[in-house]
Amino acid sequence: MRRFDQVVYYLRESPMLGAGTLLILFIVLFGTLGPVFVDTDMAQPLSTTPRMAPSWEHPFGTDDAGRDLLAVMVVGVPLTMRVGLLAGAVGLGFGIFLGFTSGYLGGTFDTVVRGFVDTLLTVPGLVVLISIASTIREEISVNIMAMVVASLAWMWPTRVIRAQVLTMRERAYVQMAKLNGMSDTEIIWKELFPNLLPYLAALFANAVNWAILSSIGLEALGLGPQNDPTIGMTIYWAITFSALIRGMWWWWAIPIFFIGLVFVGLLLISAGLDELANPKQRKAV
Amino acid sequence: MSGVNTGSRGAISAEDLSMSETREVMLDIQGLEVHFETRRGIARAVNDVDLQLYKGERFGLVGESGSGKTTMILALLRMIKTPGFIAGGRAVFDDGTDLLRLSPEEVRENRLRRVAMVPQGAMNSLNPVMRIGQQITLTMREHGEEGTKVEFQDRVAQLLDQVGLKPEVAQLYPHELSGGMKQRACIAQAISLSPRLILADEPTSALDVVVQRQIMQTLRQLQLQLDATVLLVGHDMGLMAQFAERVGIMYGGKLVEVGAVADVFRNPQHPYTQLLISSIPSFERRGTFKGIPGVGLSLLDSPTGCLFHPRCPQAMERCSRDEPGLTQLGPGQHVSCLLYEKDESHATSA
Amino acid sequence: MNWNYIVRRVSLFLVVVWAAASVNFFVPRLGTGRDPIREKLGQLAASGGLRQDGIEAMVKAYQAKFGLDRPLYEQYWNFLADTVRLDLGYSLANYPARVGDLIGNAMPWTIGLMVISVLIGFAIGTLMGALSAWPGSPRWVRGMAVPLMTMSAIPPYLLGLIVLYILGLKLKLFPLSGGYSPGMLAIASVDYYIDVVHHSILPALAIVLQAVGFWALGMRGMMVTTSGEDYIALAEANGLRNRTIFLRFGLRNAMLPQFTALGLSLANVVAGQVIVEVIFAYPGIGTVLFQAIQASDYTVINGVVLILIMAIGLVTMIMDFLYPLLDPRISHRSGT
Repeated sequence: MRRFDQVVYYLRESPMLGAGTLLILFIVLFGTLGPVFVDTDMAQPLSTTPRMAPSWEHPFGTDDAGRDLLAVMVVGVPLTMRVGLLAGAVGLGFGIFLGFTSGYLGGTFDTVVRGFVDTLLTVPGLVVLISIASTIREEISVNIMAMVVASLAWMWPTRVIRAQVLTMRERAYVQMAKLNGMSDTEIIWKELFPNLLPYLAALFANAVNWAILSSIGLEALGLGPQNDPTIGMTIYWAITFSALIRGMWWWWAIPIFFIGLVFVGLLLISAGLDELANPKQRKAV
Repeated sequence: MSGVNTGSRGAISAEDLSMSETREVMLDIQGLEVHFETRRGIARAVNDVDLQLYKGERFGLVGESGSGKTTMILALLRMIKTPGFIAGGRAVFDDGTDLLRLSPEEVRENRLRRVAMVPQGAMNSLNPVMRIGQQITLTMREHGEEGTKVEFQDRVAQLLDQVGLKPEVAQLYPHELSGGMKQRACIAQAISLSPRLILADEPTSALDVVVQRQIMQTLRQLQLQLDATVLLVGHDMGLMAQFAERVGIMYGGKLVEVGAVADVFRNPQHPYTQLLISSIPSFERRGTFKGIPGVGLSLLDSPTGCLFHPRCPQAMERCSRDEPGLTQLGPGQHVSCLLYEKDESHATSA
Repeated sequence: MNWNYIVRRVSLFLVVVWAAASVNFFVPRLGTGRDPIREKLGQLAASGGLRQDGIEAMVKAYQAKFGLDRPLYEQYWNFLADTVRLDLGYSLANYPARVGDLIGNAMPWTIGLMVISVLIGFAIGTLMGALSAWPGSPRWVRGMAVPLMTMSAIPPYLLGLIVLYILGLKLKLFPLSGGYSPGMLAIASVDYYIDVVHHSILPALAIVLQAVGFWALGMRGMMVTTSGEDYIALAEANGLRNRTIFLRFGLRNAMLPQFTALGLSLANVVAGQVIVEVIFAYPGIGTVLFQAIQASDYTVINGVVLILIMAIGLVTMIMDFLYPLLDPRISHRSGT
């Protein structure tokens, strides 16, 4: 119950965090409750009349291949979120592991990790992902997509966590814990980890954001799961079949609207969490 | 409420009169009020303060944090930011200008030219991407000073020399200077337009003791050279005793005692001042630090009557009821305490 | 700046390029155990075509360098040697065209579009972000933070679709696609340049819109911190003009991390622009890459990937060298 109170307190302290959480909650509800009201089979090609503008029967219209776009969104939004959450979780998990060990242990290990991460960060991620995805193009599914993206999602979390751990390592309470004979792993889990939770949550939101951004980028270039109606693939089909020039605005505008909600929601959450983690910035708004 | 009583310890002496004749009042502060609007009401950070600063004197303002001493300085510079505001009073220079009634552009011109500030945290008070010389020159130019590049170079060199820095310092960036050098550079900037009033807010708090003394000596020399008035704010009583000629003690936004530094330190009258003085460690009085009982004042739920009475060891029954006025004791020494007010009729609380 | 630093920084750049080239070489070979270039060549050789001779020559050359009978280290060595000579080989889909030429033709378009839109986006965004966090700004300026934030969150190619629809399709203010009008002679004439600029406004706008939001957001955070610095307060106490304090004390200092971020964000900018180019059929590197992906033209894909990584690495390195000019506190003197 105390946890719950704390969450309520956070949401009240930071309107940005509250607004972002509401947006993401809406997206999640849309994906989970959607199938109850909408026939998801309509997301398959040739399931209804193609090229129909939004109407009562098809509120979001239909595309060239005869897919109902409402059904496509109900199926696609969770798929895209899954890519983001999976890749974000893997990236953050790896980042936590590397960041904590390298920041806490220091030494040669730290130097190597730091050099490696800093080097990789200057490499354009999407371009590398293009190279990877184009060689395994035929095999790409939603989960493989997530793993491809995750392969580059860990550097930023590693870097940020390492820097945080470095400053915290010198603080008095960590020194105290050391004097009290706590082991390194105990210190990491009992002293450092809880204090970094808001940072970690913000990093997770960022990592998910980055992963979705990258996956949609790959998909918009045609390097996504060909048979799943993710948001990125829907945009890809809309571009490939010139939806824009043919006046089928709903075909591209609706996926953009949904993905816009996701991006804005995640950004608000991470900005709000940042605000909570660095109270110095709080006065700004 | 701020009426000056003739003291219970004798009338104004001849000596006192002659003193106020020889010393010309330069800045007359009357009924200064600075309020802060908070969610829980108005906080009176500076509460009906009267203070006369003499020409060419060194005045020290002492008080614990939150007593309103820094706020007072900011009010004189007109740098109070919302939710704070100057709620009333006057601060009139001897030429008739009221600092609290200047237009925004006059406020800007007035800063540095008339009232200059020596900052508290010199460590970070200089723009890190500008050379010292550039900063001082820019500051002078912003105040309409004109001249060629070479002329400004000379002026900067001279200013640096006055604060005991070599002319080469003009070419350095702040991060290449030590803490003491930075503070000297700040002082050089502050005196660049020969201000009449120099406000110094704990100018040496971040420096080590030796450098502290040197900086204070420099400040003192410059003050004499320029015949400027220095208003020094701080809580380092030792530093105050060395530097200031007169001191004022603030508590809860009120000025509770004013007097010559020797009088106040040797013979404090207000119970708060007495506690404050006795809490200073010294060689003569070792091991008798009493501390001040009670917690610091909350400006939001300030008590009725005398603000200090909840913590005052000598509090009387009427202290919680009546607000003390300013009572004159000896030559130039005033105190705001009911102990020294003859009868109750003088202070009828609002 | 000393030689020690320069040498280390240049070696870091070389390591990045080497790593990128190695990814290109190993990922296809390790991932699925097949070499897509070989497969594609096989398909081409089997299906025949107009330039069968040339393709056979290409297959032979490829076999000589990367044949399965060769040990892996030798293939790798050949690959690195080609990379060092910037020999990216032939396009698989458009045989006689060399990858280097395809990229070379597209590069000026991409660089032109990117330099202009990044500079405009950086300048406007930094200024707006700074103003939105400055205590002295009017309320409506400070309220800009929310729309700026929204803009920063949406990738430029999606913003691109929106501006394309509104300004291109509905209002017909700008051409919908391409780098210049069909039938226009690609010679250096005033008309040609006007036409080129006219075509580049929409793609540039798409990038600028997002960049403005991105830079504004970063700058806002920095400006909040900076406006609380002691030197800002002292500048005010010294009676400097508000504009001077804002520009020379606030903006100037708050901008420093923005320049670091400029280097770091370049990778994302390029990624975003690649897709913007696809949407606008702009004759830059992104379109070359997209067409190569569509045609499984692996030599071109690898070439573009390598060149992009090299270009970004190069620019990042140059910016690292220039940074001490902006911040006197950073010097590469002590070999840090």
